[in-house]
This record gives sequence, structure tokens and C-alpha cells, in this order.
Amino acid sequence: MTLTPSLKEAMLAAVPSLRAFAISLSGNIDRADDLVQETLLRAIANIDSFQPGTNMSAWMFTILRNLFRSEYRKRRREVEDTDGSYAESLKSHPEQGSRLEFQEFRAALAKLPPDQREALILVGASGFSYEEAANICGCAVGTIKSRVNRARTRLADLLAIESSEDFGPDQSTRAIMAAGGRG
Amino acid sequence: MNEDDKPGRPGHMQTEVTQRKPRGRLGRDVQNKIGQQLRAMYDGVVNDGVPDRFAEMLRKLDDQGKDDKEKGSAA
Repeated sequence: MTLTPSLKEAMLAAVPSLRAFAISLSGNIDRADDLVQETLLRAIANIDSFQPGTNMSAWMFTILRNLFRSEYRKRRREVEDTDGSYAESLKSHPEQGSRLEFQEFRAALAKLPPDQREALILVGASGFSYEEAANICGCAVGTIKSRVNRARTRLADLLAIESSEDFGPDQSTRAIMAAGGRG
Repeated sequence: MNEDDKPGRPGHMQTEVTQRKPRGRLGRDVQNKIGQQLRAMYDGVVNDGVPDRFAEMLRKLDDQGKDDKEKGSAA
């Protein structure tokens, strides 16, 4: 398999979502872009092992995820950016609702264990099926499903708790707020 | 609410302990809300498109490939 123009195009087409995935994993735009660059270089160098007709994007996600994992192991002792300060470097989005809501959400996401965060992003944002996500993470489909469920439950908990600290609502008000009662 | 929140045996009602949300079960609206936030965050980055450095990187590679080919055929 050689690097044809159409393969290169497929690689470039995957870059925007690779960046979004890398930012969700690393919590830092510069590290994310370095990861994407490294992923592109690896993909080009290993194009021989790409199976024609399969999903280029999923293949590159696998490379990026593995790169991040090995880097993460190396950097384990460094302090992680779990306070969501990276969020400052991201733009708000009209559909996101209020700026505060956006920040709360990203801070909550950053508190999830990496396994759960990546599973939730792959399935809930990148649009991969449970099977594809399982392939990317090298684990069983059931494992992905349970990670996604735990991630959602934890996020719901974190976001509800933060709302209650802000406004001190009772249980039923909190449930309405968690359900998106802001309209 | 749901089955888990049924009041317990008589005499155990009206405790001071705050009821905790049942674990592991989320309403559809909570899930939708999370999904919406997640996609908004993600799509915000996706909508930035391909930064120049990556397009540039592959273009350079292209030129390199062409150069090699030209050199090869000239020899």
C-alpha cells in the first residue's frame, strides 16, 4: 500500500476530529496538535499496515489513542490539568448555552478517569459505534458500554452537584435543572 | 420519581438524611443534555477545520515525492 493522493486526502479529512479527540484526551491544545502531528507521521510511515477499504479515521484514532496512552504513562507523575484551565483556550459555541455552563461541563469532563472520558468522547461525540470504539481502545464492546454509562452517570452527578452548590435547590429542583430546565 | 424512591417501612420516614440520587440510572433528558454539551464542545474544535501546519506538512511530503520521482526518471 503506497501513500496515494486519495489516502492523503482521507488523512487530512480526519484531522479536525482527531484534534477534537486529542484535546478531549490531553486537555491542552498544544499537546493535542503535537499528538495529531505525531499521528500523521506515524500513519504515513505505517501506511503499509492500513487495510484498504477500512475506515481511515478509525485507524488514525487508534494511532493517536495509543500515542497518548504511552505518553500518558511517561508523564504520569506530572500534574494533570484537571482543573479545566485548558478550557480557557477553547472557544464557546452558540449551542453550548451559557459560558458558565460550558466551563462547568468541561471541568466535569476533565475529572473523569481517562478510560471513561475516551469512551464517552468516541461514542458520544466522535460518532463511532460501540464496536468501533472497542476496536480503537483495544477492549471488549461490553467494557466500552460500561465505561460510557459510568462516564454519563458521573458527569450527571458532577454537574448536578455543582448546580446545587450554586443555588442550593432541593432534590426535585435539582432534578429539573439536571434535565436542562433552563430551556 | 422511580421505584427505588418509594418510602420505606413506616417509622423510618422523615429522617434527616438527604436522599441520594439512585445510581446508575439516568433520565433520557439528562443523557440528552450531556450529549448536547459533549457534541457542542467537540464540534467547536472540528469546525476549526484543518490547521495550516498539517496541510502544509502533507503538501511538503507531496513535493518531496514528486522530486524523488523526477530525480528517479531523470537518472
